[in-house]
Amino acid sequence: MRPILMKGHERPLTFLKYNRDGDLLFSCAKDHTPTVWFADNGERLGTYRGHNGAVWCCDVSRNSMLLITGSADQTAKLWNVQTGSQLFSFNFDSPARAVDFSVGDKLAVITTDPFMGLPSAIHVKRIAQDPSEQTGESVLTIKGPQGRINRTVWGPLNKTIISAGEDAVVRIWDSETGKLLKESDKETGHKKTVTSLSKFADGSHFLTGSLDKSAKLWDIRLLTLIKTYVTERPVNAVAMSPLLDHVVLGGGQDASAVTTTDHRAGKFEAKFFDKILQEEIGGVKGHFGPINALAFNPDGKSFSSGGEDGYVRLHHFDPDYFHIKI
Amino acid sequence: MVMEEILETASRLGIDLSQVDLDSLRLPPGEDFGIKSDDEDMNEEYPLEFDMGFGNIIVVDNLPVVPKEKFEKLEGVVRKIYGQIGVIKEDGFWMPVDPATQKTLGQCFIEYNTPREAELAREKTHNYKLDKSHVFAINMFDDIEKFLKVPDEWAPPETKPYTPGENLQQWLTDEKARDQFVVRSGSDTEVLWNDARHLKPDPVYKRAFWTESFVQWSPLGTYLATVHRQGTAVWGGATTFKQLMRYAHSQVKLIDFSPGERFLVTYSSHEPSNPRDTHRVVLNIFDVKTGKVMRDFKGNADEFVVGGTGGVTGVSWPVFRWGGGKDDKYFARIGKNVISVYETETFTLIGKKSIKVENIMDFSWSPTDPILALFVPELGGGNQPARVSLIQIPGKEEMRQKNLFSVSDCQMYWQSNGDYLAVKVDRYTKTKRSTYTGFELFRIKERDIPIEVLELENKNDKIIAFAWEPKGHRFAVIHGDSPKPDVSFYSMRTTHNTGRVSKLTTLKGKQANALYWSPAGRYIILAGLKGFNGQLEFYNVDELETMGVAEHFSATDIEWDPTGRYVATSVTSIHEMENGFNIWSFNGKLLYRILKDHFFQFLWRPRPPSFLSPEKEEEIFKNLKKYSKKYEAEDQDVSLLLSEQDREKRRRLKDEWDSCVNDWKKWHEEDRSERQSLRDGEASDEEEEYEAKEVEVEELLDVSEEVLAFEE
Repeated sequence: MRPILMKGHERPLTFLKYNRDGDLLFSCAKDHTPTVWFADNGERLGTYRGHNGAVWCCDVSRNSMLLITGSADQTAKLWNVQTGSQLFSFNFDSPARAVDFSVGDKLAVITTDPFMGLPSAIHVKRIAQDPSEQTGESVLTIKGPQGRINRTVWGPLNKTIISAGEDAVVRIWDSETGKLLKESDKETGHKKTVTSLSKFADGSHFLTGSLDKSAKLWDIRLLTLIKTYVTERPVNAVAMSPLLDHVVLGGGQDASAVTTTDHRAGKFEAKFFDKILQEEIGGVKGHFGPINALAFNPDGKSFSSGGEDGYVRLHHFDPDYFHIKI
Repeated sequence: MVMEEILETASRLGIDLSQVDLDSLRLPPGEDFGIKSDDEDMNEEYPLEFDMGFGNIIVVDNLPVVPKEKFEKLEGVVRKIYGQIGVIKEDGFWMPVDPATQKTLGQCFIEYNTPREAELAREKTHNYKLDKSHVFAINMFDDIEKFLKVPDEWAPPETKPYTPGENLQQWLTDEKARDQFVVRSGSDTEVLWNDARHLKPDPVYKRAFWTESFVQWSPLGTYLATVHRQGTAVWGGATTFKQLMRYAHSQVKLIDFSPGERFLVTYSSHEPSNPRDTHRVVLNIFDVKTGKVMRDFKGNADEFVVGGTGGVTGVSWPVFRWGGGKDDKYFARIGKNVISVYETETFTLIGKKSIKVENIMDFSWSPTDPILALFVPELGGGNQPARVSLIQIPGKEEMRQKNLFSVSDCQMYWQSNGDYLAVKVDRYTKTKRSTYTGFELFRIKERDIPIEVLELENKNDKIIAFAWEPKGHRFAVIHGDSPKPDVSFYSMRTTHNTGRVSKLTTLKGKQANALYWSPAGRYIILAGLKGFNGQLEFYNVDELETMGVAEHFSATDIEWDPTGRYVATSVTSIHEMENGFNIWSFNGKLLYRILKDHFFQFLWRPRPPSFLSPEKEEEIFKNLKKYSKKYEAEDQDVSLLLSEQDREKRRRLKDEWDSCVNDWKKWHEEDRSERQSLRDGEASDEEEEYEAKEVEVEELLDVSEEVLAFEE
């Protein structure tokens, strides 16, 4: 498996997202400029210029027309995927972080960081069919918990919102009323900051990765803990294969603590685990820094990883991969 | 009281315990309802230090009794003596006078600023001879009260009935012949069985905050020692770990058992009150079984510094080195120009004198016999050669001596049976700019102790490591330049050459910087620690072949289990990541791996030496097939069971997962219509919409004709 190296960002990667068709790959980095690539050959298709700070997260609509990005410049922006033009900017009083389109793409959830005395918050915005009618009004604002919210996604049928972040707790909120419905158990749950959260293709369960060196699989309705995957490194990014029962964890030693002696010391590998048996299957090496972002192509035949080193590595699986037995 | 009893009592009285906040209960003062509080035990263990104590006052007895006229003169003398040791407080001098006779009582009280000064004064001037008839007797003021309590009449001590103790060696009788080890990580200390057959450790005992700095097994494995601010404690027992004895030694830093576990040496060093002074060190030697202090040593740190050079904290541990094998008969320490050898019968110097050796640098005991090997460096700019000599204890006769020229340094390595002594000698080259290394090999057990000189083929090779085969006659050396040094094996006797050392083989270019022989000999691990990131090569020296190559990334420590069946490699908290340990088979197969953050220590529990005679061992080795049958059958059973369990576990996980997936599918189906409406009637959920089809497209790129010559 020879990866395609995609060098377009000048700063560490923060997030990767495939569109539904799996032909486009969107990447976010700390260098202010989200980029779109051909998911097949890694050619750069274009960039979305306009942010004035690190871009933390993005989501693309089902019809691949609309892109939403959340940035440290205290805005979340809507973009025309095709032309690269900015359609709308949601302005906040603190950095925006996680963004996610609802089923049907009529709503979007955006989180903002705690900042200058403001607590973290979850905002629900209505996304207009016609961009010219778009307004910045919130349908709902939930005052968040202590600490940053690193990821948020919609639950089944847009009835709930799932959030996770610095306080290590995974929460389910009612998306109508903003009421807190469920919280993950302190005993069995994560012990440190949750850095990443990824929904399975059918939205039935999700995977969280944490600095406590583990990833956990949860039922999206009941918030029951189903599986735990233990690794040797803080987990920054997680992804689930839509095709096989595999999960991938990425991470590595904290960038500031990386030793200068040996790149192996940092373990900057994307680790594959058997989803059911919770056993490690293998690893994909290559990055020179921690892995910050992972995404599976919706067809399950390729995946990409984004690192602190500023590279996106696009991997098309060898035929052998589909016959792994453990 | 046990919780059950409480519950029982509560139900009898009709109290619902869940409604009672136990913490809000207050007992009347002084009433304990017959329940002994655990707190009192604590108080006993941690005596409080009062600011207001009288620890800084000493009482000097046996002063001359003088009339009033001479009072001031005596005061002057006493003040002079005690003023030198510390600062006497203002009004801190009181010499009582008998009101009837107006004479002094032969006593005085001196108050210092600090208890430390008082302590020092007591040590220095106790038994001080002012003149023939006046020998000072010094006591701490605080102790006077204690002395008053001593009954005047001697009463015979009560003889307690004998209670048989537990079998402290119970662990050796394990049915599966497993070994134990202790690990320390975070605040937890844990003793575990190495259950290699089941590929996992089996817990024995675990306790948080068991020790305040480290733990240590006694050399025969009977005790586990823990270290605390108040002193050291040893633990052991048949089934679990119970405290067996405590050894009070405030601020103890280091401990050391004698090889036969009869004695325990504890060490502490204390900051001087005056920064210009050196540290004070205190050493106690305890009897392990009774807890009695057999002898204590106190003094300035520099008295305990070895070989002249050495900073303030340059005490090399252990200060006392034990000799004479497992009988714990002798111990010795090195001083300036002397070696002091003590015997444990009376805890005094042998022959009441230390052995004088000018400029002695280093010494070591034979591991089995009362023989000392010592090294004296060159003197007088090379006029007097350096020498290594062997001295027999207790006679102090020199058995053998070897003079060495232009020596820069010497290291002594004893073979574990005391059969051989290898002395690694670094010599200057003619230009004195660099050094080269050679070995002097002593055959201790042979007549007249023949010495053989061994030089490496390449004399300039640096020696990186040296190790004797335990109980054997071979040794291994890592030599050469650091990135790819060579490893050579030598034997002191081969079949056709019994009297001479001969080389067995040299392995070129190994990533190794440390040698770890199996305690049973024959196998060795060539390890590349530190710069080599934990390279491991498992080598069979009988067959001269590599059994396995592995890596434990950034491993810091390697230890064989006492039987030589398994090896533990660990990454301790020197590194931030990867903390934990691996257990390997002797031939380099990774058995299991345990990760633990903040990992500090891994120690196998030692075993006492085997009772089998060498002949019996030989016999077992010859008929190994016969003996091993039973164990192989057991192994087979276990591995069958394991694979069965594994299959079972997988099946269970799979079933659980399938039921989850079924639930999800059902929900997904139920939600279908709603989801569709959310998407404005767009029908597809996922794959139904598009199906992967393989389409073969043939495209004609080029057609060309070529005439090939056809030859017959």
